[in-house]
Amino acid sequence: MVHVSATPVLALRGVSKRFGAVQALTDVELEVHAGEVVALVGDNGAGKSTLVKTIAGVHPIDEGVIEWEGKAVSINKPHDASGLGVATVYQDLALCDNLDVVGNLYLGRELKHRGAIDEVTMEQKARELLSTLSIRIPSVRIPIASLSGGQRQVVAIARALIGDPKVVILDEPTAALGVEQTAQVLDLVERLRERNLGVILISHNMADVKAVADTVAVLRLGKNNGSFSVKDTSHEEIIAAITGATDNAVTRRAGRRSAEAAK
Amino acid sequence: MSDTSKVSKAEAEVEQSTVAPADDPTAAPVAVVDPRLLVREEGLKGYVTEFKRKIKGGELGSLPVFVGLIVIWTIFQTQNDRFLSADNLSNISYFLSATGMLAIGLVFVLLLGEIDLSVGSVSGLASTVFAVFVVNHSMNQWLALFLTVLTGAAIGALQGWFFARIGVPAFVVTLAGFLGWSGLMLWLLGSSGTINIPAETGPVHLLGQSSFFMDQAVIGAYLLAGLAVLSMLVGSFMEQRRRKAAGVPFRPTSEILLRVVALAVAAFAAAAVLNNASGVSNALVIFLASLVIVDFVLRRTTYGRKIFAVGGGIEAARRAGISVPMVRISVFAISGSFAAIGGMFFAGQTASATLNAGGGNTLMLAIAAAVIGGTSLFGGRGNVWSALLGMLVIQSIQTGLDLLNMNTSIQYMITGAVLLGAVVIDSVSRKSQKAAGRA
Ligand SMILES: Nc1ncnc2c1ncn2[C@@H]1O[C@H](COP(=O)(O)OP(=O)(O)OP(=O)(O)O)[C@@H](O)[C@H]1O
Ligand SMILES: [Mg+2]
Repeated sequence: MVHVSATPVLALRGVSKRFGAVQALTDVELEVHAGEVVALVGDNGAGKSTLVKTIAGVHPIDEGVIEWEGKAVSINKPHDASGLGVATVYQDLALCDNLDVVGNLYLGRELKHRGAIDEVTMEQKARELLSTLSIRIPSVRIPIASLSGGQRQVVAIARALIGDPKVVILDEPTAALGVEQTAQVLDLVERLRERNLGVILISHNMADVKAVADTVAVLRLGKNNGSFSVKDTSHEEIIAAITGATDNAVTRRAGRRSAEAAK
Repeated sequence: MSDTSKVSKAEAEVEQSTVAPADDPTAAPVAVVDPRLLVREEGLKGYVTEFKRKIKGGELGSLPVFVGLIVIWTIFQTQNDRFLSADNLSNISYFLSATGMLAIGLVFVLLLGEIDLSVGSVSGLASTVFAVFVVNHSMNQWLALFLTVLTGAAIGALQGWFFARIGVPAFVVTLAGFLGWSGLMLWLLGSSGTINIPAETGPVHLLGQSSFFMDQAVIGAYLLAGLAVLSMLVGSFMEQRRRKAAGVPFRPTSEILLRVVALAVAAFAAAAVLNNASGVSNALVIFLASLVIVDFVLRRTTYGRKIFAVGGGIEAARRAGISVPMVRISVFAISGSFAAIGGMFFAGQTASATLNAGGGNTLMLAIAAAVIGGTSLFGGRGNVWSALLGMLVIQSIQTGLDLLNMNTSIQYMITGAVLLGAVVIDSVSRKSQKAAGRA
């Protein structure tokens, strides 16, 4: 693994989550260090989005432990997660169509000026943030409903960065984007790593994963199916783990490597 | 800008090419601004083109109201030349406040995309509760007022709780309330059917027809108009200064002045007309003050922002850490409170609590007012001034029909048609907003 600190910022230990008759997650383990990009991959319905939502406090976990900087914490509502410093960009972006870009960026943490919402400062900071991320949108004062899919995506990511998070979770951020905007988002991910943030990146696109991730964690049918270092794992090995064609060698290799890392 | 009309559907707003900057060098885009954004041109022509574009995009705003108001006033004036007399206009301004209070509460509920069918009944019940406190229990009128509004809030919160926590659709809960609360009112009124409230002093006197701002002093009306104009002027320029200092786009001075002049003309004309009659009724002053306060709450506080967020996307609001049930319950409590205050206005009109208070078509009028004024039934879009604009239309129709001695039967049919018309406009404009990528 890469230059990462010893204690992970965020760690999941034996996390399980049920939805009625669906066991969406079973005994899942995951570690994210500061300055590390962890790609979370798996087939459709593997439980990636569910895992993200447990960390973000949308769906509290049924069993297991979530550790933040080495200490067990309970995350029961979105507020708990954002309080710790977890920011999430969901697959279904969940922006308010009727509010403008500034309103969405600051939703739930509006800046105040003498008791009232400080539209001016919010607008100023929003413009600054968007331009440092080289995000181009027509205006910060138009409703989200009039933006394209890619523009909404970058607004959603920008929204995640406003609260100065320590861990950023991106659920398929590039799925709907064109070439140029995908490159922008990937650049953005690298900039987050440079800022020493932990990043969890969910993606179906192996090229994206290879380009920016340090570690790949594979989920299959709601269970861990291996964790690989991107540098010394081939495309095929990851695909095999995703589809379940994993021969034991791969799992053992992964196990051996994490054992070495622990020493 | 006619070529832009060919660009259709979702991208219309964003993709409308580079016309504006080419036409107008001063509209050069700043930093983040996308060159495809339509920047309004300077001067009158800019307003006209922007206006046309907005109409096409379904952003009708208050336009249907103004058109409707002119049509209605013209029709009634040709039927009866007393309609536009100072006395009649003053009448309209007094009587619109009561139902207007209900409409304010409804704006909150409509912003969530829900409906409160109980406001009429709650207002009737409130006037009775107040009368029972004051007459049967000899309670101080101001204390009784406080308890009455509290009752309205509690009723609203209860209905909101059934909706937010139990998950009963709001229209069913409030339909039950519509029936139940007017039943309770009838029970409280007992066999007499009317309780007369002493109205020499206290809130009922204040809301009565013979209570005027500053005791009918001519200066009173102009003071109010001046205050409105001055605060808009100062507010706009302060905002402009802060925006300039922060380096974000600001309203040009010409536009501010245009708006202030428009307000000044309207406000001073209204003041002159009301002075020509008997002055500004205190009921109207309280209604207007409520509008200003509520407008601030909705647009400038985090609580107001939460209401818009829940109305625009429940999931997004929840993930932003907003407690959706709390917003819902509190909004219904606010609606109940304004209904109760409206009930006090009804009590002020007759200095009594009667069987008819808040009954009949009161509910329909209040809903129609909010929707006509431009608050969408679909949630997330609207503002509280729609209660005033809508009530102007509604009360003009009511008063006009009264003046022509129209039957209740005709009044009901016309009210029904107006409500339907308002909802149709709302639905159609929502459709075209969707097509223009604004909904
Ligand atoms: N709110 C919910 N209620 C019931 N079942 C759910 C819920 N959310 C997810 N599931 C189930 O949990 C499983 C995992 O879903 P999840 O959305 O996490 O998959 P995913 O890995 O993100 O897939 P994709 O790649 O398609 O986004 C699925 O079987 C899904 O049906
Ligand atoms: Mg998913």
